[in-house]
Amino acid sequence: MTFVSIRDLKVAFDGVHVLHGIDLTVARGEAVGLVGESGCGKSVTWLAALGLLPGKATVSGSVTVEGQQLIGAARASVEAVRGGRIAMIFQDPSSSLNPVRTVGRQICESLALHRGLDGRARRAEAVRLLDMVGIPDAARRVDLYPHEFSGGQCQRVMIAMALAGEPDLLIADEPTTALDATIQAQILDLLSTLRRETGMAMVFISHDLGAVGAICERVNVMYAGRIVESGDIAPMFERPRHPYTQGLFDAIPRLDGTRNRLIPITGTVPDPRRMPDGCAFAPRCTKASAFCTDTRPDLKPQTDGRDLACFHPVAHQQTVAGEERRRIPA
Amino acid sequence: MLTYMLTRVFRAALTILLVMTFAFVVLRLSGDPAAIMLGPDAPTDSVDAFRAEWGLDDPIWKQYFAYLKSIAQLDFGISMRDRSSAIMLVLERLPATLALTVPTLLIQLGIGIPAGVYAALHRQSVADRGVIMLSIFGFTIPSFVMGLLLVLVFAVTLGWLPSGGQDSWRHAILPILTMSVGGIGILARFSRSAMIEVMGQPYIRTAMAKGLSWRDVVWKHALPNASVPIVTIVGFMVGSLIAGAVVVESIFSWPGIGRLLIVSVSNRDLAVVQCLLLVIASSMVIANLCVDFAYGLLDPRLRAKTTAH
Ligand SMILES: Nc1ncnc2c1ncn2[C@@H]1O[C@H](COP(=O)(O)OP(=O)(O)OP(=O)(O)O)[C@@H](O)[C@H]1O
Ligand SMILES: [Mg+2]
Repeated sequence: MTFVSIRDLKVAFDGVHVLHGIDLTVARGEAVGLVGESGCGKSVTWLAALGLLPGKATVSGSVTVEGQQLIGAARASVEAVRGGRIAMIFQDPSSSLNPVRTVGRQICESLALHRGLDGRARRAEAVRLLDMVGIPDAARRVDLYPHEFSGGQCQRVMIAMALAGEPDLLIADEPTTALDATIQAQILDLLSTLRRETGMAMVFISHDLGAVGAICERVNVMYAGRIVESGDIAPMFERPRHPYTQGLFDAIPRLDGTRNRLIPITGTVPDPRRMPDGCAFAPRCTKASAFCTDTRPDLKPQTDGRDLACFHPVAHQQTVAGEERRRIPA
Repeated sequence: MLTYMLTRVFRAALTILLVMTFAFVVLRLSGDPAAIMLGPDAPTDSVDAFRAEWGLDDPIWKQYFAYLKSIAQLDFGISMRDRSSAIMLVLERLPATLALTVPTLLIQLGIGIPAGVYAALHRQSVADRGVIMLSIFGFTIPSFVMGLLLVLVFAVTLGWLPSGGQDSWRHAILPILTMSVGGIGILARFSRSAMIEVMGQPYIRTAMAKGLSWRDVVWKHALPNASVPIVTIVGFMVGSLIAGAVVVESIFSWPGIGRLLIVSVSNRDLAVVQCLLLVIASSMVIANLCVDFAYGLLDPRLRAKTTAH
């Protein structure tokens, strides 16, 4: 049962294309990962879907929420989807909260908007939400300002605010990147607990494949504004087929501490203004042929059920146990 | 918060004292009131009598302490010209100046801020470009040029409005327009850049992601944040309004404290000049004080910093 469906989503900033036609779907209640190196367009994909990009961005394609088209829709109908059906939390929690309003007021705003609460009931609900996301002494701290919270607590407040609208889908855009390791694990744990309790769907954007493996059921791998591989989490972790996906796995520090297994992907992400003609990954790919540099592979369904955009996928003789790569957050 | 306010008030008082001292010294060193009041051909004994009467023969430090002492007793001295109370002379003229500066400020706020905010919310539009161009025009043209230009157009060529004097409200229009233009330009530009800066902040994206209407995003989230830098610039403008009136009052022969200042300076009427400077300096310092308190109200982070001190 598809909840959100993104088709051929393209985004350009001042004429520079950064998304080249993204296709992805999110079903009700499922958790989908979106991974890729910095700058590949993970955030832009979902900001564009919700109409949150600045005016200089040109967006085309289709984003439907249960059949309702968002791209090019009237402002009011997009606003009705934001927060209530699809909520989003961001990379940098501290600057994502308005510094001159108390966190309580910021949560209450969502409660008024999406749940029609007011007065004492609304405040009580704000306190309950803060309590639920693990803010100690919530009844008092509801009246404090964002600068009086730590980064991790700000992210909890953001989560409480997102939950206030009782959304069907939560987009978590690298919710832990700005936080230190122990806090990261706590926030991830909180997110997976909340998802289990509320049954909402979740898109988890991350560089951290281990965390994605622990939380998500499916994963999309993005490279330079395109999805290059997507499928169910277990087969992807056991047998990554795209050389880029393989490279991402090789770049994860392993728990057994053998340093020599940590192989970074050589080279850098191509400049959006100078995209290669063929496969965008070809210049960095060890398997690339002349064909790859001339012709771009499309994302095609494979016999094993996943989608893949590669002419020379990784053949699997060596198997590294997929389970080992999936780190369970503390 | 209280200690913060007290230190601010103390600092303000110190600023005023410094201005007064500076003015006192400069005025005493820059010309002899006796020579100017009595004329160059006055007999020596009447000059001596004048100097003795006003204490001008005392060493400057002695004069200075005598001056401080009388100020402390709220005695602001008397005019050397007609022996009337200096402070009364100034207070008599103040309403005329306020009749220009208050409407000017209201016009500046009422046009400058909305124009800047509108431009920021409609970037790259025709309106935005228009606001940028007009605001540069507004604050680069010196007020005396602006004043003469307006007189030329509206008084001389079109004959719609009087070019000087204070007989009716119509006389106030050109001076107020002249004074407003620069401030509108500055405010529009500052409000625009403050608003653009705020609209690019992550918390604005959060407010939109929540599902708030554009109106609420602008009014409840963007403007309160943009108001901090805007208040700063408004403070500067209020402080310099009375000083700016000096130029405009003399162009339009408007009998306010600006004109009084010019006349008193050229007469070396010491007590009156000191008194005027006190009023002008106080208006600037008080404006700054208000800005400091406004910060505390507008931004909880600054409030926290100030209580911590
Ligand atoms: N507001 C903007 N103006 C211009 N270019 C932008 C803007 N936002 C993003 N981009 C460009 O779009 C591309 C994708 O950016 P995006 O933020 O989606 O990356 P990301 O995958 O989320 O990376 P990260 O992991 O660092 O968050 C980048 O090349 C970036 O420079
Ligand atoms: Mg991002």
